[in-house]
Amino acid sequence: MGFEIIMPRIRRRRRELYNKEIAACSIFGAMNRDGERFTGAGVMKAVANMHVRGNGLGGGFAAYGIYPEYKDYYAFHLMFTGNSQAAKLAAKRELDAFLSSKFDVVYDEEIPHADEVMLRDPPLVWRYFVLPRKEGDESELTDEDYIVDKIMAVNTKIENAYVFSSGKNMGCFKGVGYPEEIGEYFMLDELYRAHTWTVHGRFPTNTQAWWGGAHPFSLLDTTIVHNGEVSSYGTNRWYLEMYGYACTLQTDTEVIAYAADLLMRRQKLPIEIVAKILAPPIWNAIDRMNEKEKKLLTTLRMVYGPLLMNGPFAVIIGQTGRMIGLTDRIRLRPITAATRGEMFYISSEEASIRLISPQLDRVWTPNGGEPVVGELNNMRKVLL
Amino acid sequence: MRSFVFPEFQIVRDEEKCDQCRACERQCAFGTHTYDPVADRLVSDESKCAGCQRCVIFCPKNAITVRPSPSFYRPNASWSREKIEDLKRQAETGGVLLSGCGCDKPFRIYWDHIVLNASQVTNPSIDPLREPMELRTFLGAKPDLMDISAEDGDVEIKTELSPNLMVETPILFSAMSYGAISYNAFRSLATAACKSKTYFNTGEGGLPREMRDEFGRCAIVQVASGRFGIDAEYLNCAQAVEIKVGQGAKPGIGGHLPGEKVSLEVAETRMIPQGTDAISPAPHHDIYSIEDLSMLISALKEATNYEKPISVKIAAVHNFAAIATGIVHAGADIIAIDGLRGGTGAAPKAIRDNVGIPTELAISSLDRRLRDEGIRNRCSIIAAGGIRCSADCIKAIALGADAVYIGSAALIAMGCTLCQKCYTGKCNWGICTQDPRLSGRLNVEIASQRLSNLISAWSHEIREMLGGMGINALESLRGNRDHLRGVGLYEWELDVLGIKGAGE
Repeated sequence: MGFEIIMPRIRRRRRELYNKEIAACSIFGAMNRDGERFTGAGVMKAVANMHVRGNGLGGGFAAYGIYPEYKDYYAFHLMFTGNSQAAKLAAKRELDAFLSSKFDVVYDEEIPHADEVMLRDPPLVWRYFVLPRKEGDESELTDEDYIVDKIMAVNTKIENAYVFSSGKNMGCFKGVGYPEEIGEYFMLDELYRAHTWTVHGRFPTNTQAWWGGAHPFSLLDTTIVHNGEVSSYGTNRWYLEMYGYACTLQTDTEVIAYAADLLMRRQKLPIEIVAKILAPPIWNAIDRMNEKEKKLLTTLRMVYGPLLMNGPFAVIIGQTGRMIGLTDRIRLRPITAATRGEMFYISSEEASIRLISPQLDRVWTPNGGEPVVGELNNMRKVLL
Repeated sequence: MRSFVFPEFQIVRDEEKCDQCRACERQCAFGTHTYDPVADRLVSDESKCAGCQRCVIFCPKNAITVRPSPSFYRPNASWSREKIEDLKRQAETGGVLLSGCGCDKPFRIYWDHIVLNASQVTNPSIDPLREPMELRTFLGAKPDLMDISAEDGDVEIKTELSPNLMVETPILFSAMSYGAISYNAFRSLATAACKSKTYFNTGEGGLPREMRDEFGRCAIVQVASGRFGIDAEYLNCAQAVEIKVGQGAKPGIGGHLPGEKVSLEVAETRMIPQGTDAISPAPHHDIYSIEDLSMLISALKEATNYEKPISVKIAAVHNFAAIATGIVHAGADIIAIDGLRGGTGAAPKAIRDNVGIPTELAISSLDRRLRDEGIRNRCSIIAAGGIRCSADCIKAIALGADAVYIGSAALIAMGCTLCQKCYTGKCNWGICTQDPRLSGRLNVEIASQRLSNLISAWSHEIREMLGGMGINALESLRGNRDHLRGVGLYEWELDVLGIKGAGE
């Protein structure tokens, strides 16, 4: 009795479309723990050494300490995409209107770039230095919650406009191309001096290359460069969505950035605990611990199980005054950490570190789920 | 009145092989086979045959075949044989048609239209034989966010956690009461649950006193509308308490254990007189609203000193997701959701086959609803109704369940063949009967071994599939629809399931 009723195709309403990035990558980070600032030339050279780990479809930098003259203002880096200059300007007009209604903009300009570096389809990239202008019900919010809320609004509601950097005295620079090309495009070796740099070279295998999809991903002053594939993406995503994080950037790295924001900024958890949430020890190990540790880790896994980042990953998390390296719980993507004097390095490959600092005091490969943390010895030097 | 229904099954006996040992006659409680001493041969009354295959398996000479009867009515797409025969039976009896087991109608089985993911190149798959692969699951409410103080590396948790059930594998035995199933079957489930570090559910028939010390540690006790067998010790000996509001096989109606099945032991356990019918009303007569349920949840928490998670089991019906949200707000720690194909010992056939919605759709919409409300962490979801294999379990978890209940699958492991005659009390496999001659056939040691084997086999398969997806902890698959794709589904079905079509 084989006959079938053909239903008319109705528009899908609430389908949860996932666009998870699948990528291999190179990551590199360098920090001067004395807070001495240096140009991006060294890190560009180091990441160029890992050229073959990327495929020219994404590269980016996060730099801390680059805007000392505007250090009290939130620096928004905006990207306006579109097929034509008119479309980009239209997006900018819409964004400007939104921004001026929610923030006091003290200064804005196009981010300088070297046009002679040929990159594919560069968007209009602009920076704004702003202070939040909280009104009505929103005056109850902290500055940071207010800004996160507004960034989510821009990224989900204003077509072709993306906030890709939003911290104080720091900035992200990213795009489609090899990281060394992106560095040259934004002239990072000439125009900026930072005490901490993190870099990413990207090898996406499935998503169409677009400028917003390059790393680092950032929210406020937290930036993430990530190598790997988060196989728990769907689970991480729904959990973060319950706390108001809209995942819009078509990549799994975003969930790490939001998880870091939720746990570190909103929950104020120390990185050691955050690492145990993102990459917890296995139950066999937990069961052998002393009662206190066992209770702590069991509770963390029970409550924060949906934030476990499964699958292979290595990340460098940048924050004002800190640089953290972390690999997945079974170390499928190892990283190398090294120190030389006050310099602290994290890299996908040791060779890149040796290239810019042949002599090292200490070199080691951290265990899976074990964070390596570099902190500014002298925070005051930067914050003053 | 002469019955116009012809036998469902045809029994073929190979007379060459048959040596008149009369095993078939002894095995069949329905009296299908009889020995004719004059002819020195066995004869079968096919009209009594339930098709349970007991005689086939226990014939030492392998001489019997039981197959569907080749007799037929003129084929008719509208009037199937089942429809015609059901109608005839009702014309002959004037009664409600009863049946056992779950809905057997060809509603779409979504499990069979969902495929799983695996890692290739960019993400290494993980071999569970060589690497850790974790299925440990906690069932119960989790706080929104934790209050943790950290001073100089000394970390202190300030948030008080609600009680949770810990299972080493996300498979629990569904509620099947002592009374509906035999003591041996009940004890086999309990034994296997303890051995496999999971839980069994007592159903609404109480927990025999002598089992409480030994099996309380792996028991979920049920409180149903009949309130059978409930006292403070019953509630406190177990690890969780479940309020049964509905059952997937018969949403909206209660239960009826006929007096013939209420033996002395069943009567003692249920705390009712021997031989009386045990009737569970359709609703709880103290729950006519969500606030009434809230009060019962509070009362049970009070009675168990806030040490046990409280589960609420409801049948998946049209508006259940909104109702479940209310149940979470009412204080439940676990929602057990029982779908259309959930089993039963006895249900009116019309209800079994026509009321409720499939579990797969229910899990997904419940999970999404709770997420939308931002309360998904405040309860766990146990999915029940039609879980047949490890792949169904893992798909249920990827659709948003925390764990699954298995009922029919557990009975099949013990010997059940889904003949649907549970309501007669004549189960030849010794499972769904109180006749000591029949229930004695089920050896607790062997049956519990079969059940633990099943849990172990499924757990191994879940680990394999999980590792293939590049995931080494089950919590990273929960609600992770990214790892599912639909094949041969309409758009609205993909929408409800929240998954992409294959190839998308």
